[in-house]
Amino acid sequence: MWDYTDKVMDHFKNPRNVGAIPDADGTGQVGSLVCGDALKLTIKVNKDTDVIEDAKFETFGCASAIASSSILTEMVKGKTIAEASKITNQDIADALGTLPAEKMHCSVMGMEALEAAVKSYRQGGKPVVFEQEEEKIVCHCFNVSEETIIKAIRANHLKTVDDVTHFTKAGGGCGRCKGDIQKILDKVNGACEIPAAAAQKTFAQMTVVEKIKTIERVLEEDVRPKLNMDGGSAELADLDGNTVKIRLTGMCSGCAGAAGTLKNFIEKTLKEKVDSSLSVEQA
Amino acid sequence: MKVIYMDNNATTQCSPAVVEAMLPYFSEKYGNASSMHAFGGNNRHAIDAARKSTAELIGAAYPDEIIFTSCATESDNTAIFSAVRTQPRKKHLITSAVEHPAIMEPYKYLESQGYRIDFIGVDEFGCFDMERFKSVIDEDTALVSVMWANSETGTIFPVAEIARIAHEHGALFHTDAVQAVGKIPVDVKAAGIDMLSLSAHKFHGPKGVGALYVRRGTRFMPFMLGGHQEKRRRAGTENVPYVVGLGKASELALARLSDGTPARIAALRDRLEQGILAAVPDVKVNGDPACRVPNTTNISFGYIEGESILMYLNDFGICASSGSACTSGSLEPSHVLRAMGVPFQFAHGSIRFSLSDQTTEEEVNTVLKELPPIIERLRKISPFSRLAA
Repeated sequence: MWDYTDKVMDHFKNPRNVGAIPDADGTGQVGSLVCGDALKLTIKVNKDTDVIEDAKFETFGCASAIASSSILTEMVKGKTIAEASKITNQDIADALGTLPAEKMHCSVMGMEALEAAVKSYRQGGKPVVFEQEEEKIVCHCFNVSEETIIKAIRANHLKTVDDVTHFTKAGGGCGRCKGDIQKILDKVNGACEIPAAAAQKTFAQMTVVEKIKTIERVLEEDVRPKLNMDGGSAELADLDGNTVKIRLTGMCSGCAGAAGTLKNFIEKTLKEKVDSSLSVEQA
Repeated sequence: MKVIYMDNNATTQCSPAVVEAMLPYFSEKYGNASSMHAFGGNNRHAIDAARKSTAELIGAAYPDEIIFTSCATESDNTAIFSAVRTQPRKKHLITSAVEHPAIMEPYKYLESQGYRIDFIGVDEFGCFDMERFKSVIDEDTALVSVMWANSETGTIFPVAEIARIAHEHGALFHTDAVQAVGKIPVDVKAAGIDMLSLSAHKFHGPKGVGALYVRRGTRFMPFMLGGHQEKRRRAGTENVPYVVGLGKASELALARLSDGTPARIAALRDRLEQGILAAVPDVKVNGDPACRVPNTTNISFGYIEGESILMYLNDFGICASSGSACTSGSLEPSHVLRAMGVPFQFAHGSIRFSLSDQTTEEEVNTVLKELPPIIERLRKISPFSRLAA
């Protein structure tokens, strides 16, 4: 059972403004049958004042998806297009009291449908399907773009890959994009930034700090995600010339396969991604 | 409000007779069954009786082939790790694509440790791909673990034939029979099973106790290290009241199998299924109608989502479950339905009704009365319902 607020249950059981406005001034669609939830939002706008006079929705989805859609129609009515455009997914969740973390993507879907409907209105009323920019799709299972992920991270101060999955669904399918999501998180939250100058240099030309940061980045992006899958991790313990000293932690510490992990995986990865002269030793 | 409980594949009511049998072993006869004094040691007889009842329920040749565990997940883990540890040279494992996580997760872990794994797929009815199985098994295969009946669709797998082929290649055969035991006749001897997992709470016993059948002569290594209990095969103080509960539940389940109960449940299940198919358009039965356990039906309602249906059913006290993504907290619909290739517009709207011997005709009638308007109501909200029309 989910812990739904009374407000969610009310809007689920007694959805407001169900249907489609026949001569809508704006139509926004998001989601699909494949994703498991979809929303079609139609709005009627007073062209003189830009005020949204009516809004209706049709939703395929769970209780929180229906409730998010229903309350969204109430929230936009009476607002100007400019005011409505400012509504965020957090506003929708707040209006419902709250949503379980795993269901936050339902509120994001509401925001995206509204965005599409506003765009549709501005383009003269032709229905707009909310689309992720094709070339920047990160999660192919749920068709989530880098832009959507960055927006969700910024708006909701997301810290972990799981957070991103709860808000955008990205990473919730096959999980192959989890590494990419981590990279986006690092980028947005400013972790592990490499000075631009360092990126141009060879390993030998780097300063000590640049060397450490470069190795740390490869550990974070390419090594830890794999070790994490087996419940382990690795820390950079020291750097002595071209010898990288690694401390294995979690399930990896004391694992019989530790020596193999160090040489065949960590050293190989560092040679490939940083410099072929590197060797790895257990700290 | 009266509860109409049609979620018996999730868990069942612990029979009052079972609870009664268990009660003395909490505060009265609380002694340790391994003690030397009669006060505790006499509890050994209660455990032995339970072992015999459990063995009889699954057709085991000897009571000592039954090892009591804390649940079927423990039984599954024990079986898998015993099979790989006793055959260290073999590096290949086979299971089906529609197993419970208690099988899937240990297999995935072993895959990460370098084992070759084959997950055998199923067809649109959920039936096991025997040809594929025959083509991947070889002399390197340590274990074949295939469930007896599927929890979501009720589809029964031909475990006897799978076991025979496994043995031809020198592999061990284990079956997670949690959804079969108590529902259909299970005979480990006739089917040639090496190891079998069962759980008491799926057939009116208590939660927190299960068993692993290990055929005599099967090489075995315990999962947990510790005391000498269960002939050194499962360490930990014997859970006397719960083991007694499992024994009593086994005895009652065996009696029900031969008194016409399965046919009565199947008739109610069919009435429910046919009633829904007749009253609601765009529905689809998932599973093999010709080869299912008698209590289960899994029906997909196109173009709407399962969690919404369950929450409306809840208003009438009707308990069922769904393979939809939203109910599990995951984002994808059930791996069983996906393995069967059920289209997404149906997979998200799947509902499983699992009946028991306590289900009444009146309850079935209530579901048939309340369900169709719920479906209609949700389809009115759905942007896809026009596609269906």
